[in-house]
Amino acid sequence: MSATSITVPTSRQGGLGPDGPDLPGRPSRRRRPRDESDEGGRINWWLTVLLMVLALTIVVPLYFTVVTALKTPDQLGGSGFGLPTEVRLQNFADAWTLTNFPRTALNSALITVGAVVLTLLTNSMVAYAIARNMHRRLFKVLFYYFVSALFVPFPILMLPVAKQTAALGLDNQLGLVLLYVVYGLSFNVFIFVAYIHSIPRELEEAAVVDGASTWTVFWRIIFPLLAPMNATVGILTCLWAWNDFLLPLVIVSDPAGATLPLVQYVFQSQFSANYTVAFASYLMAMAPLLLVYVFAQRWVISGVTRGAIK
Amino acid sequence: MATTTSTAARRAAPSRRSTARRPGGERLQPAFLWMVLPAFVLFFVFHTVPVLQGIFYSFTDSPGYGEWNWVGLSNYVALLSDARIGSAYLFTLQFAFVTTILVNALALGLAVGLNGKIKFKNTLRGVYFIPNILAILVVGYVFNYLFSSSIPAIARALGAEGRLSTSILADPQLAWIGIVILAVWQATAFNIIIYLAGLQTVPGELYEAASLDGAGRWRQFRSITFPLIAGFFTINMVLSLKSFLQVFDHIVAMTNGGPGTATESVGLVIYRGGFQGGEYGYQIANAVIFMIVIIVFAIVQLRVLQRNEVSPS
Repeated sequence: MSATSITVPTSRQGGLGPDGPDLPGRPSRRRRPRDESDEGGRINWWLTVLLMVLALTIVVPLYFTVVTALKTPDQLGGSGFGLPTEVRLQNFADAWTLTNFPRTALNSALITVGAVVLTLLTNSMVAYAIARNMHRRLFKVLFYYFVSALFVPFPILMLPVAKQTAALGLDNQLGLVLLYVVYGLSFNVFIFVAYIHSIPRELEEAAVVDGASTWTVFWRIIFPLLAPMNATVGILTCLWAWNDFLLPLVIVSDPAGATLPLVQYVFQSQFSANYTVAFASYLMAMAPLLLVYVFAQRWVISGVTRGAIK
Repeated sequence: MATTTSTAARRAAPSRRSTARRPGGERLQPAFLWMVLPAFVLFFVFHTVPVLQGIFYSFTDSPGYGEWNWVGLSNYVALLSDARIGSAYLFTLQFAFVTTILVNALALGLAVGLNGKIKFKNTLRGVYFIPNILAILVVGYVFNYLFSSSIPAIARALGAEGRLSTSILADPQLAWIGIVILAVWQATAFNIIIYLAGLQTVPGELYEAASLDGAGRWRQFRSITFPLIAGFFTINMVLSLKSFLQVFDHIVAMTNGGPGTATESVGLVIYRGGFQGGEYGYQIANAVIFMIVIIVFAIVQLRVLQRNEVSPS
């Protein structure tokens, strides 16, 4: 808007030095609240209000889910946005038993934790070996081999891999974990390698001179340095494994191995008329990640943002 | 830590160059091979082999079980004249283009807003990221109910007649709009984050200089912000289009392909025909064509967008 309103804060940000532009993660975020309070009058209230109004498009569907889950079936008519006149918690109890919630949530949790842990431990290692040997043809070919899979759509392998996992006895949670780790490799190697290139080799060389093996170098030096990337990859893998629907749909054959999204699908097709219980079930499926997110929000966003930079 | 690594890098810069000059000179540590070997084997078994199998079966009449015969290219020939496949491609392309453009325009605008001088910055960013953490299928069921019950009820209460007073999801002409809305609602969040990351790489001094030269907000955005984050724009556009072309969960939750076959995406047709319809070989051929389409779009898009990336800066 006016020239001065931009000049003052930016010149101060420029004073932050080299870590201002290229390291936008924690340091600049820490300072921002202070900036806001320093120039209270400069806050763009129009923009704030506009963004708050637009945020309603996100909040309103969530509100709708919550109030519907709390209603009795006969309160359902109309637009459905009104508050429940009589709260019915029985919906949750019904959804709990109909979807076998403890079992299903445990499946989702095990798959997600397994996929995240294994992905972080293995994909970073693969990326490290590739990044440090890019001058060798073998590793260069391997890099392009993994990354080219980014453009292979899942439908082409969905039918064969479903048969294959069934034949190998992997049409279960273990198989899903394995597939998330393997299918995540393309994207993860791509971003891990870019990040590892920015880590100076001298750190490793010093350790090697002190007698450290390649494994020691990786686990003691590289892996800890990968923390910001690990955060990003961990968050993305977690969201993917927890929310994924198609892979469990084609892989999991035993209903006891169903995940949360999968059970909503089965539930929806069997009890489609029972809206209040269905909404309680949807809410229960959303709640775990939503709760984690409320507490880890700042960390999640800065993790993904930092990963995107490199 | 940042300072120690950067000084170490500066001090050792000459020796680093010398190591780079002798590629293959030093011996390969066997540990590096052990690091990649298991991943390579697993990737080969669970990704490459299924892809190759798929391509092989696309030349057969396999129903997915039992016996099959080699049929050569006839699956591919049949695909070309299959009206259902054709309409699935039309729907998927239309959906993917519209959604990609909407998502990126909205995300870029919101990211610029969230990067501005606003109150409750962290809270607002937190709220805008929420859709990204929710499963599309589950959110889709909620939106399904909104479109099929709530919005018509509101429209009727307001006295609106015609299309809005009934579910748009039941209208073959309009159902796709409902799916676009769900997809935009869910996907904008992640793109906002990437654009925010990009916006933070833009040095503030540039705006200072621009405003001294009398450039307005829009001019600053066009001449400074956008060219500098063009790389992020390219990545977002390519990844968005690629993932929206594979749309599946959205449709299962919203319309299940209906009404009729009006909102059947290519992914849905492949799944249905391949798993339930006994058209394994035929749908795999469809998937092969689908892969080629996706790769072609990605390459064209990268070319076009990267050309634009260079010219303004």
